[in-house]
Amino acid sequence: MGAGHGHRLHFHGHSPVHRAPAHLKLLALVAFMLLVVATPRDWYPVFAAHLAVLLSVILVSRVPLRYLLPRMVIEVPFLLFALLVPFVAHGPQVEVLGVEVSEPGLLAAFALVVKGSLGVLASLTLAATTEPDEVLRGLQRLRMPALIVSIMGFMVRYLDVVTGDLARMTTAMRSRGCDPRSPRHWPTLARSLGALFIRSYERGERVHLAMLSRGYDGALPDLRRTP
Amino acid sequence: MHVPDGFLDAPTSVATGVVAAAGVAVALRGAHRELDDKTAPMAGLVATFVFAGQMMNFPVGAGTSGHLLGGALAAVLVGPFTAVLCISVVLLVQALLMADGGITALGTNITLMALVGVVVGWGVFALLRAVLPKRAALVAPAAAVAALLSVPAAAAVFTALFAIGGTVPVDTGAVLAAMVGWHVVIGTGEAVITCLVVGSVVAVRPDLVYGARPVLAARRLEIRRPGVTA
Repeated sequence: MGAGHGHRLHFHGHSPVHRAPAHLKLLALVAFMLLVVATPRDWYPVFAAHLAVLLSVILVSRVPLRYLLPRMVIEVPFLLFALLVPFVAHGPQVEVLGVEVSEPGLLAAFALVVKGSLGVLASLTLAATTEPDEVLRGLQRLRMPALIVSIMGFMVRYLDVVTGDLARMTTAMRSRGCDPRSPRHWPTLARSLGALFIRSYERGERVHLAMLSRGYDGALPDLRRTP
Repeated sequence: MHVPDGFLDAPTSVATGVVAAAGVAVALRGAHRELDDKTAPMAGLVATFVFAGQMMNFPVGAGTSGHLLGGALAAVLVGPFTAVLCISVVLLVQALLMADGGITALGTNITLMALVGVVVGWGVFALLRAVLPKRAALVAPAAAVAALLSVPAAAAVFTALFAIGGTVPVDTGAVLAAMVGWHVVIGTGEAVITCLVVGSVVAVRPDLVYGARPVLAARRLEIRRPGVTA
């Protein structure tokens, strides 16, 4: 139950991208995405250049595209929104495939999809090539407040434990005939969420006591590289 | 409701990033008052709980489902400052490790969900708590109203940001109507879940609910003797 602290997106590897210091990767991601977001929407060749840069990084990292692409489904709700834009936007109308749509809307939707997808692919590349511990160390190096880094560290550490708790509770409810999707069972669902809160909070108290008994004085020791 | 990269232009994204950093800095100071040296482990576990809670989807209707944003819920359970920290860290983990929500939109997401969601949720809750009679049974309904209002409030602030730095030529009035209307529906689901969760925690461990502490302090110890009717 405590095993597998690696997260679901990490793709094990030893490429230069995997080995690069996490703080540089974080800075590169933010700089790259700011550049992408600031690119005017009709500079098509520049978008192609952005994509080429990103794809070459992925190529060097040796993370297969067929690993990354299915994980881009996270942006599907947003793509649906982008599909709607040409129909609701104002401006001169053009006819595409026999349907009247707004021309600026079409352009805006194109930019939304391209920028959003570049963002998701770039973030996926970071997540696939960087262990969560490395991300934490990178944030520490970038002078993120220590409290934020340690809260994030606890979250990364207990993510699988708490979601495991939730999964077992859901299994127990389902095996007793509860359908978590039906609003009729919301009271049951909410009680189990309440129980999950109490379990998480009490786990936090026990972790704190365990830390105190090991000499915790309000500051975490440096995040050392675990062998 | 995670805003992706490219939805708002670069200046707006940077500006909301500054707002988010300032808000988180204030929360860092305040959380020490709420939790002292327990802050890191407690907030970490509560952040994990909020993340797990967000994994539970509930059907909104028309085939789509919404999930808990948890701003008002976290504020009532652990206090506003810790709640801001928890939600911000959840968004940070989602952006960096799960590719959910754009990295340049992180400031926007923190501003909307952590700052607006928690501040409006807690503000409404504190107001109701001051007005309503001090009874433990009223904590959960007050939290529900707070949740109901905090979600459309976040949607309204998003619309304002969209009007300033939106990259899509859509009429702002139409966006406002669609966003607020849609989020009233999501807010209703959020309110029901928040009410039930807070109610169940108040029933079992009322001492854990930050928002219920003044109510508990007003309670008197009552000693009943068997066989004696008061």
